[in-house]
Amino acid sequence: MLESVFYWFIAVGLAFDLFGCIGLIRLPDVYNRAQAATKCVTLGTCLILTGLAGLAVTRGNGAMCVKALLCAAFILLTSPTGAHALVRGAYLSGLKLWEGSVEDAFADRAERIRNESSQPASPASPEEGVTHREEAETA
Amino acid sequence: MTLFEQLAFGVLLLSSLLCLFRISRGPTAPDRAVAIDILGTLVVGFCCIMALWTGREFYVNIAIAWALISFVATLALAKYLEGRPYDA
Repeated sequence: MLESVFYWFIAVGLAFDLFGCIGLIRLPDVYNRAQAATKCVTLGTCLILTGLAGLAVTRGNGAMCVKALLCAAFILLTSPTGAHALVRGAYLSGLKLWEGSVEDAFADRAERIRNESSQPASPASPEEGVTHREEAETA
Repeated sequence: MTLFEQLAFGVLLLSSLLCLFRISRGPTAPDRAVAIDILGTLVVGFCCIMALWTGREFYVNIAIAWALISFVATLALAKYLEGRPYDA
């Protein structure tokens, strides 16, 4: 009975993986693809690992259970982080959004980041940094 | 190998083929990078089904190591896309 519950966990995780990869094919631009695929595949793989952990417990293999849960927690932390870094890199490399997109919340900030990286040695900024640090120390 | 494990391998192989299609046909470099990231996460699922099938524990160790290395590779690809040096 309990074992079939964990088999269902794995089956649902596999379905999420498949739907995420279908989204990777069907959606129009890299930002849509990244969000669909990352969310679905992260949840799907975490469900597979959770089901494996449960099955390992029912078969009396405690070490495998702990390792699978650790791996699930690690993927839950790192997969969205990696996708966020990738999409940020894609935006800063100048890739345009799909023409049907309705909002571009990162545009101003990306402009500022590009300006900062194009003028790295401006004379005013180190002095400002020093005064800010002094103010912080006195406060 | 039971029917469940055969079906699981089939679904994961189909997902991997869709990722490989996006890697080969992706119109831009970020498309390919995202698909490589997703493929790395799918390999962890493969390792889980292998561990379930064989009952051996070291496949889960492989999954943990693969997840670590895949994360580092994704961050390196992101830096490359952004056009920054790797140590900044």
